[in-house]
Amino acid sequence: MRFALSAEQKDFAASIGDFLSDVDTAAAARDWAAGDPGSGLTLWRGLAGIGITGLLVPERFDGLGADPVDLVVAFERLGYHAVPGPWVDTAAVLPMLLEDELLAGVAAGETLASVALPPHVPYALDADVAEARIAVAGTRLHAFAPGRALPSVDSCRRLFEVREGEVLGAAVDPPLAFDAGVLATAAQLLGAGQWLLDAAVDYARQRRQYGREIGRYQAVKHLLADVVTRLELARPLVHAAAIAVRDGAPTRARDVSAAKVAAGEAAYLAARTGLQVHGAIGYTAEHELGLRLAKVRALVAAWGTRGMHHRRVLDAVSGAVA
Amino acid sequence: MDLELDEHAARFRDEVRSWLAENVPQRPLASFDTAEGFARHRAWEARLAEAGLSVVAWPEEFGGRDASLLEWVLFEEEYYAAGAPGRVSQNGIFMLAPTLFSHGTAEQRRRILPPMARGQEVWAQAWSEPEAGSDIAALRSTATRTEGGWLLSGQKTWSSRAAFADKAFGLFRSDPGSERHRGLTYLMFDLRAEGVRVRPIPQLDGEPGFAEIFLDGVFVPDADVLGEPGDGWRVAMTTANNERGLSLRSPGRFLAAADRLTELWQRVGDPADTALSGRVADAWIGARAYQLYTFGTVTRLREGGSLGPESSVNKLFWSHLDLALHETALDLLGPDGELRAEHGWVDGWLFALAGPIYGGTDQIQRNTVAERLLGLPRGDR
Ligand SMILES: Cc1cc2nc3c(=O)[nH]c(=O)nc-3n(C[C@H](O)[C@H](O)[C@H](O)COP(=O)(O)OP(=O)(O)OC[C@H]3O[C@@H](n4cnc5c(N)ncnc54)[C@H](O)[C@@H]3O)c2cc1C
Repeated sequence: MRFALSAEQKDFAASIGDFLSDVDTAAAARDWAAGDPGSGLTLWRGLAGIGITGLLVPERFDGLGADPVDLVVAFERLGYHAVPGPWVDTAAVLPMLLEDELLAGVAAGETLASVALPPHVPYALDADVAEARIAVAGTRLHAFAPGRALPSVDSCRRLFEVREGEVLGAAVDPPLAFDAGVLATAAQLLGAGQWLLDAAVDYARQRRQYGREIGRYQAVKHLLADVVTRLELARPLVHAAAIAVRDGAPTRARDVSAAKVAAGEAAYLAARTGLQVHGAIGYTAEHELGLRLAKVRALVAAWGTRGMHHRRVLDAVSGAVA
Repeated sequence: MDLELDEHAARFRDEVRSWLAENVPQRPLASFDTAEGFARHRAWEARLAEAGLSVVAWPEEFGGRDASLLEWVLFEEEYYAAGAPGRVSQNGIFMLAPTLFSHGTAEQRRRILPPMARGQEVWAQAWSEPEAGSDIAALRSTATRTEGGWLLSGQKTWSSRAAFADKAFGLFRSDPGSERHRGLTYLMFDLRAEGVRVRPIPQLDGEPGFAEIFLDGVFVPDADVLGEPGDGWRVAMTTANNERGLSLRSPGRFLAAADRLTELWQRVGDPADTALSGRVADAWIGARAYQLYTFGTVTRLREGGSLGPESSVNKLFWSHLDLALHETALDLLGPDGELRAEHGWVDGWLFALAGPIYGGTDQIQRNTVAERLLGLPRGDR
């Protein structure tokens, strides 16, 4: 057993991180929120060039047929940099729903997808920008038209009601597609949480009150120490869930649910703590902290609530005992 | 010990309840962090004042009706239960006014309180500065002596509703050689005076809920000093205790939120989800605890006590309660918990997030409780 990222996976994470550090992702997120997707789409194509959109696409559709652990590595970085767009739908979920030429467009970074998977994913993300709009009804796939726009707490998440249209055919594996969405969301949460922690630590080293850096106060140290603990313990659950998805393990549902719960709680704690450590400056719309704070809150509700995932974990573990 | 209302208090509560039932706007007013919403809230304050309900606890001569503290608490419960609009005048009514009652002159009360009660003059609190947040005594804005008054210079920040308000109150260093808590003067100034520039700052929800205030040689007459020059710190502590204590955050709003939460739970909650139903119950218990704690405070004040470091206990409790109430509602809403919809819970959550920051952060309150209430040794500061 070697429960750690490989050298290639670390390099992959670093190359995504380098790419995203060189571009103004916050500006792209703000444009996206304002309904101007130009800079976000440029970002999308750049990331597709690194291979993110093709990770789960089979090689015969020009994808990489890569490991879900790679997916998690990539989504952590997307969350860290608050990259806007229907990433979960396109890169994680769609390849599990269909086997179709459409996936070649996904891998190439040309096709964006918006997927509704009721009951837990009732609204469609970025359906105005995505051209592949797909709703899952039982074992079938439908095309859908975006209905009423619904404002999310995260203004970068442009949500729409779903009006089901023509039947597109049979879905490949809806439960797997849902779990892939949950997994990618958990990874994004982890990344966002890590950014919130890093930003708070930086600030605590610089900001002075009562004549010293606020990071000298034990009250502040303890807040930050609690966040690291939660994030560090959530990360292995996310990585193990990726392995379960890769291996088609019978524990898959349990593992992705555990990952989502832990990553969501860690990220939410990081968000609350990040805001607290920044004080009022973190409460402004201009500060990047708000982008992550809102995203974390939205992702905690998206792709299955805490209650729903708790139940799946309990069902699985009590079933195993019985 | 008892919880029964006497006849007078019960009659007062019934009057308030029926007036609100007839007068509270059917649809919520636009946010008072927008120009339009601010104007509407100001008009609402005037309407309340006409009914003698804008400042019930004040003396009659200033527009109040001499209501007892208990009656005021009852008023607040009715007010929030009826879903009445947020109080755009709150900083004036609940922070400046109590300070004027303890430290102001008769002339100041006569001049300042009645227009405040009618919403004609809305006040902003101008305390924080870029380098002076938790550490207010580090403030750098100055008041320089001039004929008949003072000239104010410097920068204030995070001033709630200053983008639309009329006047502001704040602390200024009036003795250039002084340090920390000494040599500060409490002054009131006009936000539209010459030399004042206000820059609105959008908050997390995108609306300009607070602002920076730049002051460049702004003249303030002696009549607008509150308390003695140089004694500003002591005066300011009255304001701070009111901000943390019960007057700014009466239990009424939390009880009302807890009621809305239990309604939501009945509508969409899954009784089998015991973790979530437990949190709903805890939120209600918390709101009830805060109500009872407030009754205790009211009794203590009526018997001659004062608001001291207990107000930090108060602040810690309600800031957490408010967040828990809103987080529980968002979790109950499931996938709709991310929507900024009519249900209003997301906006309420965004506001609740600020509770552990403004009026002294949680960390500062805990230090105060530990040192001043429990008598633990003072830490490095
Ligand atoms: C929504 C909102 C409305 C506001 N409205 C007003 C207003 O109307 N008027 C006004 O004047 N101000 C207002 N404020 C400002 C508010 O009072 C300050 O934000 C608050 O005092 C904290 O200061 P700061 O933001 O500079 O944080 P800082 O003081 O920089 O604190 C940063 C972090 O360090 C911690 N810290 C600092 N010192 C210590 C210590 N000694 N021990 C342990 N931890 C410490 C804090 O707890 C916090 O976590 C408002 C703020 C908000 C968020």
